[in-house]
Amino acid sequence: MMNTRKNTSIIRNSQTKALVETIAQIIFTVCAVVAVLAVFSITLYMFLQGTPAFAQVGIREILFHSVWAPTAQTPSYGILYIILTSIIGTAAAVLIGVPIGVLTAVFLAEVAPRKLAAFVRPAIDLLAGIPSVIYGLLGIMILNPLMYRLEQIIFADSETHQFTGGANLISAVLVLVIMILPTVINISQSSLQAVQKDLKDASYGLGASQIQTIFRVQIPAAKSGIISAVVLGVGRAIGEAMAISLVSGSSVNFPLPFNSVRFLTTAIVSEMGYAADTHRMVLFSIGLVLFVFIMLINTLLTKILKGAPQDA
Amino acid sequence: MPSSLQRKKPRIADRVAYVFIYLSAAISVLILIGIIGYVFFRGVGSINLEFLTKATSARAGTTGIAGNIINTLYIIVITLMVAAPIGIGSAVFLNEYAKPGKFVRLIEFTTEILSGIPSIIFGLFGMVFFGTTLRLGYSILTGALTLTLMILPLITRNTQEALKTVPNSYRSGALGIGATKWYMIRTILLPSAMPGILTGVILAIGRIVGESAALLFTAGSGYILPKTASDFFSKIFESGGTMTIQLYLSMSKGQYDIAFGIALVLLVIVLGINFATKYLAHKFDLTKKK
Repeated sequence: MMNTRKNTSIIRNSQTKALVETIAQIIFTVCAVVAVLAVFSITLYMFLQGTPAFAQVGIREILFHSVWAPTAQTPSYGILYIILTSIIGTAAAVLIGVPIGVLTAVFLAEVAPRKLAAFVRPAIDLLAGIPSVIYGLLGIMILNPLMYRLEQIIFADSETHQFTGGANLISAVLVLVIMILPTVINISQSSLQAVQKDLKDASYGLGASQIQTIFRVQIPAAKSGIISAVVLGVGRAIGEAMAISLVSGSSVNFPLPFNSVRFLTTAIVSEMGYAADTHRMVLFSIGLVLFVFIMLINTLLTKILKGAPQDA
Repeated sequence: MPSSLQRKKPRIADRVAYVFIYLSAAISVLILIGIIGYVFFRGVGSINLEFLTKATSARAGTTGIAGNIINTLYIIVITLMVAAPIGIGSAVFLNEYAKPGKFVRLIEFTTEILSGIPSIIFGLFGMVFFGTTLRLGYSILTGALTLTLMILPLITRNTQEALKTVPNSYRSGALGIGATKWYMIRTILLPSAMPGILTGVILAIGRIVGESAALLFTAGSGYILPKTASDFFSKIFESGGTMTIQLYLSMSKGQYDIAFGIALVLLVIVLGINFATKYLAHKFDLTKKK
């Protein structure tokens, strides 16, 4: 600094300035490229790590076989049930969570008196911030015992049912419902609030009630925002691991409500610690399957958002 | 009121809809109250001075999460030291330097993708890339670098939003009196955008504190306290489990008292973070109105 100040030549001074400017611009550009590099290398690594097992065990043996016995004498690596569990579990969580979420968004955006909204709003934000392991802990301590009691009643006479102690698909789905609620609520609410006021006024002007206006005018107008809320909810549910890893049970089964099940995520979490060789490679293949699902969901989301730039 | 126009006919469908709307909102609130109440009720008994200031040791006969608290702090600090400059820099590039085009779309698209990738995938990637390829193994550094990628979009997006709210007159004013662009960014833009940037950073801290799946296979589960000054730096190359990891491990071992103790500590932190972001958002709003 002292040097430049002593330096009386305006030209030299502006040269250093220009140099600093260029360096600053280069540094900022490099920072921006990090995200591109990260996505690129994550994609590359997921494929590099996930595909060898397909070559070694066979794509059909992994994707379309249902027996998961990686540590057996003659190991079998079929992940069909695991994939189905993730799809059905996510679908169920979204089917339950989205109506509750959208209605809560309606409540916050339209129905609630100001004071009540000012109380509910922060509660939703808090719900979003609670670490997923805590949901898992509460799932084990509250949901699983409840489910076990239900199980004992429903399957009292069944001889074939394997009792799970309550760690089953329903428990996991309920945990997922709670976890996707904040996402669905926040995005639906902001898209509902972005609906032009004219539409609402026109509807009232025609004599429609508030409920008619909400369900016939505002929700249809906010459709693309609500759809992206649903898609984000799907992404969140299918990618959640720690909250459901202990709640969903510990064996791979067909995803029936009272079966102990493994999701794509929970299979990785619970077995990566001790897996070796082919088993480990197949776990990476499971990761790849999950990654492909997420990428499909992301692409879908960008398509939706592009289709409706007005509420993006 | 004789006129029937004034008296609205109550529609049954409307009534039912209101009931469902109120019910949905009530469910969300009740779940939250239930969670906080239950965790407090079960966890408060585990919290004492030893629990917060000692590491669990069979020899000393202590049960505590001090090691995990330290690990969490390490990971927060290292992650932010790497992620904050990159995230802010990226936002400055997008908002101040880049001209709309393919390159910007690519960066914004990948940032969006990055925020949609689930943490377990980050965990797998971090384990293989930072852990194996870069030979960092199970260490606090591996965990922090993995989380860097995860929170990058959060910081970038918040900074970008904040930069967008800085009036253009600030920019032209500074440039007009002869400031260089970098000088303008450093002395005008970044300070004006500071509340927004801070909000991003605090939200990032919340994500880091609550994260578990991305850390399980990258930072590992160590819980030993650093003892000497030299440990202080070498610790980042050793395995270190955060509070959430310890919570998960305690829970899978059936040590529910410890698990609820940690859960309570985490909840208090989450509450604190929530209030901090609310406060900042409030402050930010006021500056926007001026």
